[in-house]
Amino acid sequence: MVPTLLGRVQTRIVLLATVGSLVTWLVGGSFEVLAIVALLGVGWELIYQLLMQFRWEKDWPTLFGLLTAIPEGALVFALLRPEPGPFLLHFGLVWLAVWLVANGPMRVPFPRWRFRGGRLL
Amino acid sequence: MVHRVAIPEEMLTSSTWDDAILSGAGIQVRDVPFVTVGGGIGSFVTVDYLRIAGVPADDIRILSNIDYPWQTYEYLTRVSQIPRPERIRSDSSSRPDNIWGFPSYAVTEAWREKTIKPLLHVLVEPIFSDYWTPRAGTVFDSLARERDRIGYDEMLVKGVVSRVRRRAGGGYFTMLRTPEGTQAAYRSRFVHLAVGYPGLRFLPDLQEFRDTHGDFEHVVNAYEPHEHVYEFLKTRPGTVLVRGGGIVASRVLQRLMDDREAFDLQTRIVHIFRTYVRGAHGPHVWMRRKGGDGWAYQGFNYPKSVWGGQLKAQMRKVDGYARKRLYKQMGGTNTAKRRRWQEQMRKGRREGWYEPMQAVVEKVSLDPNGMLVTSIGNGADIASHFIIDCTGLEADVAEHRILADLLEHGGAWRNPLGRLEVERHFEVKDTASGDGALYASGATTLGGYFPGVDTFLGLQVAAQEIADDLARRGWCRRIGPARSTVQWLNWMLGRKV
Repeated sequence: MVPTLLGRVQTRIVLLATVGSLVTWLVGGSFEVLAIVALLGVGWELIYQLLMQFRWEKDWPTLFGLLTAIPEGALVFALLRPEPGPFLLHFGLVWLAVWLVANGPMRVPFPRWRFRGGRLL
Repeated sequence: MVHRVAIPEEMLTSSTWDDAILSGAGIQVRDVPFVTVGGGIGSFVTVDYLRIAGVPADDIRILSNIDYPWQTYEYLTRVSQIPRPERIRSDSSSRPDNIWGFPSYAVTEAWREKTIKPLLHVLVEPIFSDYWTPRAGTVFDSLARERDRIGYDEMLVKGVVSRVRRRAGGGYFTMLRTPEGTQAAYRSRFVHLAVGYPGLRFLPDLQEFRDTHGDFEHVVNAYEPHEHVYEFLKTRPGTVLVRGGGIVASRVLQRLMDDREAFDLQTRIVHIFRTYVRGAHGPHVWMRRKGGDGWAYQGFNYPKSVWGGQLKAQMRKVDGYARKRLYKQMGGTNTAKRRRWQEQMRKGRREGWYEPMQAVVEKVSLDPNGMLVTSIGNGADIASHFIIDCTGLEADVAEHRILADLLEHGGAWRNPLGRLEVERHFEVKDTASGDGALYASGATTLGGYFPGVDTFLGLQVAAQEIADDLARRGWCRRIGPARSTVQWLNWMLGRKV
């Protein structure tokens, strides 16, 4: 999926609310962390969208979707100062699950999603 | 009933036909709600979508002069140097046999060959590796599987379509000349045209050479069979002049260079670019494409976001001149920057047997020794044994008789790029007939609100828009999340639709 700004934000919120919640519940993670990731994410998406403009294709390679976990995770950690071990496990698993779903399975129930820049509405 | 072999004059001159005129003319009428004309990948992808949406096979007919959907595509890829084991220029999730694009070709290949390599490749593309692309053979095999799954052959009717005319009272008549030579009229509410490229066009100087000398052997188009060129070069040293800066030129160069290496040949290659790109180019830092050594570089034939991202959203909003300008900005001949090709060209330049140059050809002639002479102005001539035209020029849409007829009788008109103007949902503008609609997808519609039409993914975008429009009209079901999921499971399990 090659995102538009609206698509980025919608996909992030929907996937964190569904896949993210499921993982949080399974690992007994903090829903506060999840909410912060979603909230700060809107700002991050603005930055990503801006950076994407420097790419001729206006695309967002798969790897970027994975690597952006590093700055995002670091910021959440700096703000909340949680216990490092459980935070890393929780955040890492949520990120991986959301990234995996966004790179394929998402298209199964939503066949229009990838042609609409990740918009669901 | 007498079966007619020709369409009577009074029908040819009338833009709208009523039922009586056909029965009066003794033309057999066959009723079916949805007809798709073409039978290539465009028809296939559209029918696949409709079948998955729940349309019965009996409600669809595919009118075609080819036996299977990838027949023309396979021919063109093969002659332009992509045989089955080679990889095409289409990304992993552009799967014409799977409307979801999931699992992608890379996942399928990883599973089938029990290797994680394609997945790692896709993970780091296009930053640390070239784009991963599927093998042509994989694409054809998966299309064959889906063809059988949706009962494609039951819907296929062989013949040659000459025209589509409006029917008085709504819908259309599509005239098909059957293999037996008789005329049949398909009376349908909906017609979909996916007739592909109207034809090839030669560079004017090469066309003139061919006309003057009647030589079709030494001046060839890359989309024509030209294996004899490679065979000749295996027998003796020779010079080939390649023209064009697109992916086909890259493929032809690869073949020449592969052969050179594999058979230790002395082939010399002169490569003429009309537009020689020296580096990154574009109006500003947010609109700059990579380039160099003559080529403009891009992963696929359009910037990736035309199939779903920002550029798709942008183009959807613009008309007329603004649309034309946006097409121009993102367009232009380009090729993929593949590591292997770069390496081969570097070696060729270093060793002096590959000479890329910018030139505008004035004339091609023959010298007394039978060599081709390409004149590029200022008295400069290039002698070669062969010229391979890789410019991939396409003929005008009006050279296709169905499209010409539609422009003359059907109300269709041209978009800013000269092809057929279609709505955002791919209905050909101003061709409605009562409660019927006429759609088009593929190369015919290039220049519309959606740019990547003549690609696998573009055909799927069109199919989805068309199916959704048919659902809005109440003719079929809109694929919702539940149906989509169930149908996907059926696809995975290979269950028939």
